[in-house]
Amino acid sequence: MRALSTLFKRSFSHGVHPDEFKERTEGLPTQRMPFVNRYVLPLHQHLGAPSKAVVSSGQRVLRGQMIAEPGGFVSTALHSPVTGWVRDIGPHRHVDGRFVPAIEIEADPYATQRLAVKPALDWKALSMEQLIAEIQQAGIVGLGGAAFPSHVKLSLPEGQRIRHLLINGAECEPYLTNDHRLMVERPDALIRGIQIMREKLGAAEAVIGVELNKPDAIDALHRHILPEQPIRVVSLRVKYPQGAEKMLIKSIFGREVPAGQLPRDLEISVNNVGTVVAVADYFEQGMPLIERVVTVSGPGIAYPANLIVPLGTPVREVLRFCGGLKEETREVILGGPMMGMPLASLDAPILKGSSGILAFTAAETARPKEYPCIRCGRCVEACPYFLNPSRLARLAKARLFDEMKAFNVTECVECGSCTYSCPSGIPIVQLIRTAKDSMRRRQGKEQ
Amino acid sequence: MKQKDPRLLVQPAPLLKQRMTAAQAMRDASYALLPVTLAGFWFFGLSALLVLSASIVGAVLTEWFFSPADVRRERLWDGSGILTGLLLGLTLPTTIPLWMAFLGGAVSIGLGKLIWGGLGKNLFNPALVGRAFLSATFPNAMTTWAPLSQPGDFFHVHASNLALPFMHVEYDGISAATPLGLMKFDNESTPWTDLIMGNISGCIGETSGLLLVLGGVYLLLRRDIDWRIPVSILLSVAVFSGVLYATAPGNYPDPLFSVFAGGLLIGALYMATDPVTSPLTPRGAWIFGIGIGLLVVLIRVYGGFPEGVMYAILLMNAATPLIDRYTQPRVFGRGVKSR
Repeated sequence: MRALSTLFKRSFSHGVHPDEFKERTEGLPTQRMPFVNRYVLPLHQHLGAPSKAVVSSGQRVLRGQMIAEPGGFVSTALHSPVTGWVRDIGPHRHVDGRFVPAIEIEADPYATQRLAVKPALDWKALSMEQLIAEIQQAGIVGLGGAAFPSHVKLSLPEGQRIRHLLINGAECEPYLTNDHRLMVERPDALIRGIQIMREKLGAAEAVIGVELNKPDAIDALHRHILPEQPIRVVSLRVKYPQGAEKMLIKSIFGREVPAGQLPRDLEISVNNVGTVVAVADYFEQGMPLIERVVTVSGPGIAYPANLIVPLGTPVREVLRFCGGLKEETREVILGGPMMGMPLASLDAPILKGSSGILAFTAAETARPKEYPCIRCGRCVEACPYFLNPSRLARLAKARLFDEMKAFNVTECVECGSCTYSCPSGIPIVQLIRTAKDSMRRRQGKEQ
Repeated sequence: MKQKDPRLLVQPAPLLKQRMTAAQAMRDASYALLPVTLAGFWFFGLSALLVLSASIVGAVLTEWFFSPADVRRERLWDGSGILTGLLLGLTLPTTIPLWMAFLGGAVSIGLGKLIWGGLGKNLFNPALVGRAFLSATFPNAMTTWAPLSQPGDFFHVHASNLALPFMHVEYDGISAATPLGLMKFDNESTPWTDLIMGNISGCIGETSGLLLVLGGVYLLLRRDIDWRIPVSILLSVAVFSGVLYATAPGNYPDPLFSVFAGGLLIGALYMATDPVTSPLTPRGAWIFGIGIGLLVVLIRVYGGFPEGVMYAILLMNAATPLIDRYTQPRVFGRGVKSR
């Protein structure tokens, strides 16, 4: 039945369909991760300018208290996930192994860890500017992975308006089930969050896009939407990268966001389900973004789980809570297996954008034998942006960056469908990514 | 619980990979050709086996000889040399001296592939380069067709197979004409049932249309070849020859004959679809296929040879980079307006 209805579902063109691997965690109710004694919060865990610390070493902080303020408009606040003491403001290990400025907090083992109470906000009484300021103060960013500050998305230039509020519940990355569980367990909060955002944006309707492999989430949403609410649930074909913003818009509205423009130019605002729930939690409970749902899974994990993890929890602690890594683990990825970041050290903390911790063994990490490109065209058929990845990879190897630009490398979102599909085992997206890095560095030097 | 951290790899995503490999694609193509190969043995006896072996050995030995020692193993196991030798062998007549088949295999790999920089870099289909070389160098040997082997003489080996290199070749005496030859020179059509079942004379692998299509369907189901290429070639041959047939049914072959006779099926399904030498883009595949179809009909009808599939594919191989350049798909989000 599912296979049949899949055929007729609207979707974007191209893309790939990796094995989903969601069955180990999609049925596991979300658990709360206990508090640990040490938290590390990098000041720069969103896109834009880093936050500025407003606490000092030794200071006592309460759970939910702001510890860093936005460092500009495209920046956001940071809050303490725990009641305790600021131990240090200085360099700490980041996901990629570098040392970055971060605030280290030691939890008070005797504190109740009750949230620093802030009364629920009457969002209806707020003006749009006030709402935007509140969301920035709440530290809310896109929880799908990119961690783009949400208030920036909501502030529209003069003359622009939003007609459709699009909620991204596609969760197309294999293994991850954190959005899935959120939709199943907290559909009411999601819908209340949608209500706030839709009304404040003045959008005529809200659309929730969910991939067909989450029938229970689709059911739960349908059950909680009142007939008078202008909210639609659209089920989507299971295909990667269905959750990429522009692909989701193409799948649901049949329109392409013009290159170089944003969804808002089509009067659409796209937000992840986790983000919307965070908005609801802030306005209803006064809880800023201090925790998130994280899926812990992969063949290297003894006891997979969906966990509510306080931000800043070291990955090591989360793994320990899940029974530790199996002996054969070779690599740990923060995020999804297609676009996530490899962890250089288990000391790295959970960030606002960390949707999963995945542990992989030799079976997945073994690099395939690399054959020459046989021009089979599988990558061309996989690329959702209709680029020619094989050619870009060849140009990247030859470091012909200007040629790469002529072949539209700037449109590449690095979704990895090309590498996934290549039968010759060529690390196509990795080559393109490295070339883009070199291009950026070269450009930086010229200026 | 104190546990030592594992030594973590920091290998960038994506970590997932589909199961298909390039070597598997080569093996698939060889499997797809297995029924046709066996049918070749059945129809032509031991000679066919010898000719095929000679061309495969020629191809693989050349690959081995010219490969640097460190990649030699892997080159031999990627399966492309065997496939090229097999494809070439299937397009040879059974009477050809074995040393010529061997030389053809060597030229296929040497001039068809290695000289371009190896797998994936060649402009022309390697097997067809070898065949074109043999046609130009040994026109007689390449057009002397044996009749189907009769029951009982399966183990009969043509005397010409064993001819010494560069010596005069004695043929067995009886020779047969291919359906296309009969058509071209005697204006005599062959019943299409014979064409489908393989009850005809010709190259080792171009006899049974049914088995060729069967293997092609296997490759299509495995998504190893682009369906647009065989479809556009076969359709355009049917259409172009159909137009000629409609104007003067007595002078021209009917479309069904045109599709099933000669090397069209093996060319359209196994040679034109070689990913290395065919266009990457969907629109390019259509242009490529229609171009081949047109050239096949032109050469068969107006050319000096009864068959034109080989030259048609080679010519369109040459046009492939140009076709690719002008058929790049529209990039997502380009050329659309927000309002």
